[in-house]
Amino acid sequence: MGAPRPQRPKASIAIERIIEFVIRLSGVSAVFFVAAIFFFIFREAVPVLWDPDFDFAEFLFSKEWYPTSVNNVRYGTFALTIGTLSVTGVAIVLAVPFGLGAAIFISEFCSPKIKETLKIVIELLAAIPSVVWGFIGLTVMSKLIVSVTGTAVGVNLLNGGFILALMSVPVIVSIGEDALKAVPDSYREAALALGATRWETVFRVLLPAAKNGLLAAVLLGVGRAVGETMAVLMATGHAVQIPHGLLDSVRTLTANVAAELGEAPAGSSHYRVLFLTGVLLFAITLVVNVAADLAVRGIRRK
Amino acid sequence: MESVTPPSERFTRTHQVARRERAQTVAKWVFGAMSLAMVLPLVAIIVYLLYKAWPSLGWEFLADIPRKGMREGGIWSAFVGTLYLVGLSLAISAPIGVLAAIYLNEYARESWLNRLINMAVINLAGVPSIVHALFGLGAFVYGARFGFSILSASLTLAIMTLPVIIASTREALSAVPRAFRDACANVGATRWQTIRAVVLPNSISGILTGIILQVSRAAGETAPVMFTGAVFFKAVSRGDLFPYRLGDQCMALSMHLYTVSTQVPNVKESIPYATAVVLLGSVLLVNASAIVLRIWLRGRKKW
Repeated sequence: MGAPRPQRPKASIAIERIIEFVIRLSGVSAVFFVAAIFFFIFREAVPVLWDPDFDFAEFLFSKEWYPTSVNNVRYGTFALTIGTLSVTGVAIVLAVPFGLGAAIFISEFCSPKIKETLKIVIELLAAIPSVVWGFIGLTVMSKLIVSVTGTAVGVNLLNGGFILALMSVPVIVSIGEDALKAVPDSYREAALALGATRWETVFRVLLPAAKNGLLAAVLLGVGRAVGETMAVLMATGHAVQIPHGLLDSVRTLTANVAAELGEAPAGSSHYRVLFLTGVLLFAITLVVNVAADLAVRGIRRK
Repeated sequence: MESVTPPSERFTRTHQVARRERAQTVAKWVFGAMSLAMVLPLVAIIVYLLYKAWPSLGWEFLADIPRKGMREGGIWSAFVGTLYLVGLSLAISAPIGVLAAIYLNEYARESWLNRLINMAVINLAGVPSIVHALFGLGAFVYGARFGFSILSASLTLAIMTLPVIIASTREALSAVPRAFRDACANVGATRWQTIRAVVLPNSISGILTGIILQVSRAAGETAPVMFTGAVFFKAVSRGDLFPYRLGDQCMALSMHLYTVSTQVPNVKESIPYATAVVLLGSVLLVNASAIVLRIWLRGRKKW
């Protein structure tokens, strides 16, 4: 018979097994980390649910937030939730038209050179740390707002909304551009062959075809705005109240945690309520992200 | 005989065509202006910050430690602290992230597990930074009893920035053509041999880009380090390159900016601006180098 089949050394096979095991382990690590995040936050938060001072309905629907009061402790996050919603709302109203407009311009109207430049600018814009945005809100933006509107305090809902809009625009542009790019070129060619102008092609063909992806872009922008912490902490003025106008100061769920976590003694109900706010935020962003993912998957299946 | 309209006239611009073309031009300008509205803030911010920071900027500002309750002096302690945090978090998240991306791109097949992992990566990227801070506090500071330390803060940062590395490594790996892998399989290489000998060498620069982006992300994060290991002030000696230990708390540049701009009264005006310029400058520089690397790579690509 012929020579025996060449065999690799046992050791090298064993090493390969080990490496592949480590690779698989790292692969599932992301799932493990998400589970761990939920577990540890929940673990710190959950004892407060049995605290006699704490009432879950009050937590969600009361606007009285007096965590350090001596004789009248209240943990109502309603004003904070409204704060988050209103800042996010202002940001999205500003960011969505600009973000989608820029995405359309980059994807359909401009020359390749401008496209490259704009994409780099967007990447750099997305890279600016949130504390720097907060600092800009605190200094530049607040002075601007005071001098334009004549209001007394420049750190308010409008300021936070502006800053958050600038922060979420890059997300909306880059995901939106991906969505437009994913529309097959044959759609564009068919529209042009029928005599449509470029704008008509965009408006009547591309936008309907890419609507799921654009929806995902908006949702991810919302997710970014809801979860932003340092920027809103510094730019929104920090008053726990339900805003009545754009120039009122507000406080958001995230900023509230960041502002008070350092002062809340570990294990106190105040500390646990802040973790419960974290659970709430975790749940909100989970829903937003899963929704965005489903929207993207919707187009891919088509 | 009726005369036929000459062809040239049939194709002249009617009112309708003119209107449609006007709409097209208007749309182009409006969208162009919207794009410009993103470029302008970036430029304006950088110019304004530089202008306000000018009196303090210089090597002295970087190399000196904060003095007189952070009202004067430099940012050395914070700068080194950020280097520690970024370095350690990179050492933790780069291997896990790259291996996870290898798994997702090379090993995983379409299955519920793969979908679950993808979902987890997306969520890890989407979880607010303050929630990561709470997690770091609950899991590392109290849970694992690492205390408020560089170790806890770096671990928190590492988990937070993992998706950045996974996403860009995956992109780099999937840019390696299928045919390369098929060729390897045909000469009898195992999957790991293929990865080590062919896939990784051909994507290493792309992976590097992702790692660079992780650095920039980690350097800018404030909330996650604020509650796990960074402190307002820590005395170190001027120019000391190794002032901290793993179990120490440290200062961080991002948190220092927050401190001097909101917590300390009567700071010399240019100091917060200069801190912002150093932070923003380093982050943008790191990002720009990633972009340059990517463009250079694209030009060099052989397939």
